[in-house]
Amino acid sequence: MSEAMDITVTVNGEVFQKTIEPRLLLSDFIRHELNLSGTHVGCEHGVCGACTILFDGMPVRSCLMFAVQADGHEIRTVEDLGTMENLHPLQEAFQEAHALQCGFCTSGFLMSILPVLEGTTDLSEEDLKRAMEGNLCRCTGYQHIRDAVQLAAEKMSSGSES
Amino acid sequence: MMAKLIGKRITRNEDPRLLTGQALFVDDVELPGMLHAAFLRSEYAHAKLKGIDLSAALERPGVVAAFTAEDMGDDWAPGPPLVIPPPTIEDVEFYTRTQVPLVKDKVRHAGEPLAIVIADSRYIAEDALDDIVVDLEPLDVVTNIERALEPDSPLVHDDLESNLAAHLVQEKGDYAAIRESADKVIKRRIVIERGIAGAMENRGIVASWDNKQQQLTVWDTTQSPIPIRNGLASMFGLSEHQVRVIAPFVGGGFGPKIMMFYPEEVLLTWSTLKMGKPIKWIEDRRENFYATTQERGQIHDVELALTNDGRILGMRDDFLHDTGAYDPYGLTIPLNTQCHALGPYDIPNFSSDLKVVFTNKTLTTPVRGAGRPQGVFVIERMLDIAAKELGIDRAEIRKRNYLPRDVFPYDNLIIDQAFSSFVIDSGDYLPAMEKALKLIDYEKFTQEEQPKLREEGRRVGIGVVSFIETTGVGPYEGARVTIESSGKVNTATGVGTQGQGHFTTFAQIVAEQLGVDVRDVHLVTGDTAQFHWGTGTFASRGAVVAANAVNAAASIVRGKVLKLASELLDTPEEELELEDGVVRVADIPTQFISLGDLAQRSNPLRGAVEPGTEPGLEATAYFGPKYGATAFGTHAMIVEVDPETMMVEIKRYIVVEDCGTVLNPLIVEGQLHGGVALGIGNSFYEKLVFDDNGQLLNASFADYLIPTAAEIPTIEIAHQVTPSPLNPLGSKGVGEAGAIPVPALFAQAVENALGVDGLEILESPLSPQRLFELFHGEEKDA
Ligand code: FES
Ligand code: FES
Repeated sequence: MSEAMDITVTVNGEVFQKTIEPRLLLSDFIRHELNLSGTHVGCEHGVCGACTILFDGMPVRSCLMFAVQADGHEIRTVEDLGTMENLHPLQEAFQEAHALQCGFCTSGFLMSILPVLEGTTDLSEEDLKRAMEGNLCRCTGYQHIRDAVQLAAEKMSSGSES
Repeated sequence: MMAKLIGKRITRNEDPRLLTGQALFVDDVELPGMLHAAFLRSEYAHAKLKGIDLSAALERPGVVAAFTAEDMGDDWAPGPPLVIPPPTIEDVEFYTRTQVPLVKDKVRHAGEPLAIVIADSRYIAEDALDDIVVDLEPLDVVTNIERALEPDSPLVHDDLESNLAAHLVQEKGDYAAIRESADKVIKRRIVIERGIAGAMENRGIVASWDNKQQQLTVWDTTQSPIPIRNGLASMFGLSEHQVRVIAPFVGGGFGPKIMMFYPEEVLLTWSTLKMGKPIKWIEDRRENFYATTQERGQIHDVELALTNDGRILGMRDDFLHDTGAYDPYGLTIPLNTQCHALGPYDIPNFSSDLKVVFTNKTLTTPVRGAGRPQGVFVIERMLDIAAKELGIDRAEIRKRNYLPRDVFPYDNLIIDQAFSSFVIDSGDYLPAMEKALKLIDYEKFTQEEQPKLREEGRRVGIGVVSFIETTGVGPYEGARVTIESSGKVNTATGVGTQGQGHFTTFAQIVAEQLGVDVRDVHLVTGDTAQFHWGTGTFASRGAVVAANAVNAAASIVRGKVLKLASELLDTPEEELELEDGVVRVADIPTQFISLGDLAQRSNPLRGAVEPGTEPGLEATAYFGPKYGATAFGTHAMIVEVDPETMMVEIKRYIVVEDCGTVLNPLIVEGQLHGGVALGIGNSFYEKLVFDDNGQLLNASFADYLIPTAAEIPTIEIAHQVTPSPLNPLGSKGVGEAGAIPVPALFAQAVENALGVDGLEILESPLSPQRLFELFHGEEKDA
């Protein structure tokens, strides 16, 4: 075990300074050091996508990174989207289309899809598939998630979100 | 009752919490001073344990404790058997051998826990596992169920004479006699291998003993918090009221999170009782592959006796079922297989010899489908072969054998998984088949499109299969409905929830009875401090058993509301209506009283509660069906196989489902989509591969493939409604229905697509590689 390190990382707009072990996974850092437990961990080997967060705007699997790699970077997690009373259009679409059952995979899907829709709401079938196929869901069979992404694209293109 | 809410596509009450990351899952529980556990697991599948030395682990900074089986002293005991056949079942041999908390004498499957380490952090606990010195003497391993029954096979349990865990013969009519007079007897061997449930959330437990309050709290990813509470209390000599088990949001169940009394559930509880500190254990994915129960794994020798015009005269299905190293779940899976092998068909003569076999592999317990997919695979494949050999169309042979709609309730004269008579409550199979054929355009595809595509060299095929699903078995569930003084309604039930939408469907039932907004019905599930009678979420029983209990409780509360309002408004009950959270006099909108006011009035601070009455607008009720409600349906699909890569593309997938009264179509569709997706995984992508040493060769999501959005097609769903006569809502379960017929359907469609004479698919799961072998006529190496 090597020496603890100091890191400064911006998460959901807030700056955190922490002293951590270099081997601490970013997923564990987010969940257990920052108590942002909306990011989930399903495999810890980079396949399921449940732990997806935005790292400088890009979706990454937080179980495949060490927290120290986030030093000086900016992270967004599901907690940065809407609130229970005021859902983000993407979250709204997920509820309307019944795109979640147990909800364990959901934040990973939201964070994978969000940057795609923020880039363009004009998605081809192929784009849609590509946006989703990196995340596993055992409950929904994906169909309602597909519906939700399409619905979200409509919502987001009609300007409720810039 | 006017159906205003039941049957509506209502979005879910629970979603905002889940969508914003505010829902509590077990790994989100953080308690002050909490310690973390890790388990040392055996790498051998079969080995004698000669010694464990924990000293180096205990010296590692941050390690607080470590224990072996010896340290548990008298508290060490094998887990309770969960479903033992009652002595009323004739001639059943059954040898109960249940899992142990930590290995004491010998290891029986890879991944069995040898020691627990408890430390300040999970990282340190896992580091310390490497410090432990274990002396294991490897023994010969048996993984194959046929081999396991040979006289010279290694024994999984040395005190038994063989690896036979159970033996049961079920018969109806006289198969041997009818076989002699049949025009045609078809005989095949069918092999079905194992897969995992693959819930996205692994298992997890937080156990916390508070010595001052003398109270044990356990957060557990279980489908059955109440049996777990009762079991832990009795194991550790506590009163049931000293134990609170909470199944918070659970990230998928699908069977293995049932009331298993997994070693980890016992160990975490035992450790916190000993240490007085909260302890957390979260399974990792690799552990999930070895230590969480699995399913399927059977070999069938089947015969079907028919007339020349395709009428089934009888069936013999002798099969072996792999229970793994222990058998806490009794005969549930293979009894389901036996019953579902009869399918929706009239099979007057039936004989089935079942042997359950111990092997050096992880335990099997029900996984979504629970033995039913195997039974369906057997009968449907046999019918396909019969159709081919007799020159009858596949759909037609099924139609000729359906039980007619006027025979229900129909007693199949064998026992089912509940050890009661296998009675089908209701059914109407032909229209479901007709609908599926129409939706997929069976005629046109087989007569016009397929021949044309064949000519172009394309390997496109169609499949159509029928199935039944016994659902909603007893014993019972309960619910308590309370109108609070805010006018909102609290509903508590004992079943846990793993994504089935109980927060919404149960709320719909209550809201309909009481005339309130669905969003104003708050549901508490899976917390034994809130409701402590019941069994759990399994066997597709939530929408049947628990929902009817909720309905019963809500209807009693409705009666109380009407009675009180009638007095206060001075109006006969018949003239009152419940709507928008108030009770109003019909046709006089200004005369009303709100439910909140009524709730307050029913709980007076002054004055007395009259004798024979109770305070509050509250009721608790139970529902226990005599036997289960049987759902059914037909699935159809069109596939194309790429002859180069043997990849299968699903071009269309049709579900015609009859699950009785649909409480919420949005949620039912979601359940069906998920079931079909799991079924597709089961059919083509997901197979656990054990080597001869009992090592799992694909214990990661990189090697064991769960289908992604790219593999799952759009699923077209049509409903048919034959309400169950057994419960007031008329509902049947639907949680497993999606998954059950898929492997049989997939095999049929792919076989049809390949269109090679003599090529029969008699196994599941398939894979591109296996299809390639079959296609090129190569024998699978043993
Ligand atoms: S937990 Fe990170 S990809 Fe599965
Ligand atoms: S909703 Fe349960 S895993 Fe996706």
